[in-house]
Amino acid sequence: MTARVAPCCGDFQAEGETHTLEPITRPSGTGRRTAAAALLVGLVALLLAPLTVLAPPAQAATLCIAQPGSTGCINGTVGNRTNPVEGADVTLLDENQVEIETQTTEADGKFAFQLDQAGTYYILVDPDSLPDGLEIRPPAKAFQGPDGSIKVDVKLGQSQAPALNVRDVDYDAGGAGFGEQLIQSIAQGLRLGLLLALASIGLSLIYGTTGLSNFAHAEQVTLGGMVGYGLCNVLGMNLWLGIVLTTLICGATGFFQDAVLWRPLRRRGLGLTQMMIVTIGLSLAAQYAFQFFVGASQKKVVVQNFDVVTIGPISLTGMSYVAMAISLVVIGVVGFVLLRTRVGQATRAVSDNPALAAASGIDVDRIVRGVWTIAAALAGLGGILYALVVSNGIRWDTGMQILLLLFAAVTLGGLGTAFGAFVGAIIIGLVVELAGPLGAPGDLKYAVALAILILLLLVRPQGLLGRAVRVG
Amino acid sequence: MDQIFFILQSVVGEAIAPATAGVAIAVIGLNIHFGYTGLLNIGQAGFMLLGAYGMAISITKGLPMVIAVLIGLLLALIFATILGAPTLKLRGDYLAIVTISAAEIIRYVGRLASLEGFTGGAQGIPGSQYSGPFRNLSFFGSGSWTLSPFNYETLGGSTAVRLLGLLVTIALITVTVLFVRRTKLAGVATRSPMADGLVITGLVVLSLLAVLFTFPQTLTRTGVDGWWVRGVAWTVVLICSLLVLLLVRSPWGRLLRGVREDEEAMRSLGKNVFAVKMQALIIGGMFGALGGMVYVLASTVQADALARQITFFAYTALLLGGAATIFGPVLGTVIFFGARILVREASRIYVPDSIIADNKTDVFSLMVVGVALMLLVVYRPQGILGDKRELRFHV
Repeated sequence: MTARVAPCCGDFQAEGETHTLEPITRPSGTGRRTAAAALLVGLVALLLAPLTVLAPPAQAATLCIAQPGSTGCINGTVGNRTNPVEGADVTLLDENQVEIETQTTEADGKFAFQLDQAGTYYILVDPDSLPDGLEIRPPAKAFQGPDGSIKVDVKLGQSQAPALNVRDVDYDAGGAGFGEQLIQSIAQGLRLGLLLALASIGLSLIYGTTGLSNFAHAEQVTLGGMVGYGLCNVLGMNLWLGIVLTTLICGATGFFQDAVLWRPLRRRGLGLTQMMIVTIGLSLAAQYAFQFFVGASQKKVVVQNFDVVTIGPISLTGMSYVAMAISLVVIGVVGFVLLRTRVGQATRAVSDNPALAAASGIDVDRIVRGVWTIAAALAGLGGILYALVVSNGIRWDTGMQILLLLFAAVTLGGLGTAFGAFVGAIIIGLVVELAGPLGAPGDLKYAVALAILILLLLVRPQGLLGRAVRVG
Repeated sequence: MDQIFFILQSVVGEAIAPATAGVAIAVIGLNIHFGYTGLLNIGQAGFMLLGAYGMAISITKGLPMVIAVLIGLLLALIFATILGAPTLKLRGDYLAIVTISAAEIIRYVGRLASLEGFTGGAQGIPGSQYSGPFRNLSFFGSGSWTLSPFNYETLGGSTAVRLLGLLVTIALITVTVLFVRRTKLAGVATRSPMADGLVITGLVVLSLLAVLFTFPQTLTRTGVDGWWVRGVAWTVVLICSLLVLLLVRSPWGRLLRGVREDEEAMRSLGKNVFAVKMQALIIGGMFGALGGMVYVLASTVQADALARQITFFAYTALLLGGAATIFGPVLGTVIFFGARILVREASRIYVPDSIIADNKTDVFSLMVVGVALMLLVVYRPQGILGDKRELRFHV
């Protein structure tokens, strides 16, 4: 049984039958005992101190197991289980700050104190014994003892695990550590944003030309990763060839989807609301089809890991830079086509007013077919790159997890505007990655992006680049 | 034959489960949103989760049951107001995107490790911590009981009797559905609604008895997952249905349909469309919260159990039963959950393992749900009980 020190949550955490301390301050009546009792405890501690010093040091780090009614334990790790700190001097103090015992951690960073008196004790780590530039993360107020020590309430028969996480000294001083962390997060945010942009531009184009919010678009992203997994991992194809082929295959699925499903539905005159529910059905069916045919576990597109390349304060895998470059180039090409070619002009015309576009001789159905193809291809490319550099593999619900980010990006930029989707995706990517260093708990980083979306709708419902249209 | 009866037995068990009742109530709320007002709320699971958390946390903190339920409803009211304020003046898509996002936010927050003291984190709140006060209200006594006491086994338990019961059940249900559709489509002018109501009630009760005669269910009277939970859950479903019946027949109900059919027309008549939509969103959301509370009564409050899928199930159930009808939501939900089990068990027993492995039958049934939803919307948007003319709206 080892005491686990979680890097994020709470200051005291324990496993098994050990007892987790309540993060509340004890009533002062309990803390302030009679002087006599305190003196007694002090005396006992003083008497015990020499005995424990005599104990062989090798025994110091062996785990203490609490016996009900006779002994209580304090077990812990300096640092955390994956990054323990060696050679830290951990001192146990009694209620009156009198030293009882000191242990020096070994390579596993562990220390263990056995006590046969219940009561309040303090744990102090000698700052000089820590490696340069590290300090103990201060505990929550309720557990703060004098001089940077940590308060532990020991009960007989229970084992306590105080958290002694370390962090950079200048962690929150706005110094290099925090700054570097910010820059690293910005780089990751740009990476996520560019990949989201690949998928959300297609989503936005579909919305612009057909008015449809496609809830199954995220499954196109998953499909990209899945096809990549099939080609590169299962069939052993060259990665670059695999990426190109994946994009083509996904584009073909978009083409056939429109031919088999969406165009007939448009012909039938099915309402947009009903179409949206069809996309929800498609999304459900596709998700579970992935799970059915590929399985529920994470699949890696390529077996080997990519080397990390460090540029200044930024360290990302080499593939990340390539993926970002690919996204930028592809997005640039799409932008050029939209702005400078006849097809692009026709697409924008259909986006603006399909009826007018049809009247001026544009084949709306062909444009929409093209948009579906391009959208699916971009989503597929985004999917395989996302699986390669962000999520380290693809799972049946990978797309579902980013669907809301896609919608947030598209809405943020303005529904139906391709460039708005790009700007929105970059912002959403940055928000998601920066949420952590700026203080949001890890699980909430997606929620922050969604909260920003809701707030934006309050002040600027048409999105950043959208045009205000009066509705009602 | 025994296998078929075994499958149908578990189908009936699932159809009357408290979770089914909970979703049915949420679907009734969704019907107010989508069916009557045309609001595309894709976050009904969020309302359910809020209601469930509101009730469960209040009870674990020592509040009485009634207050806990009210707190759950109040949370849904606040949530609906927050979601509606920015979006109800915009086009329908915005409400869709915001509701689905907000429901996800609630789920993420519920899973937060730092809120473990309240929500139990990713593990959730086990039912034992909050269902005690509810079970203490029970007057069902203890021990187990079979519904119905008069079943095929009292008549000897032979397969022939059971088969006859099955045929009678199918006939009764068909007659009921046909009758409801006829009265609905014929309109109020031709018949007396009172007599219709009586006939429908009689037919429904007869069908239920036939079902329980053929597939009797044996459960504890007051246990964690017994008759008391089911009795209360389905009573709440009935009350909610009657409430909706009264609501949509009122002038306010006509306002809802007016907003659905033509907002501009309503506006030109001097109606406050925004206010009407907001009221609909709030009331439907509170039904959702109530559904969430019923949903968790026999299980745990766990954030991931009330994720997006439940909303999608709710839409499928609503469209299956018939949007903008009174009993469509309940019928749709019962059939939906029953059918899912039917597909799952049938594919487990009759499809060889080489095609669908046993551990994949659940996934397969969910795949079928997705395809069914698509086909329903395209080929039969009015569902079983609905009227096609009522569903031409564009959000």
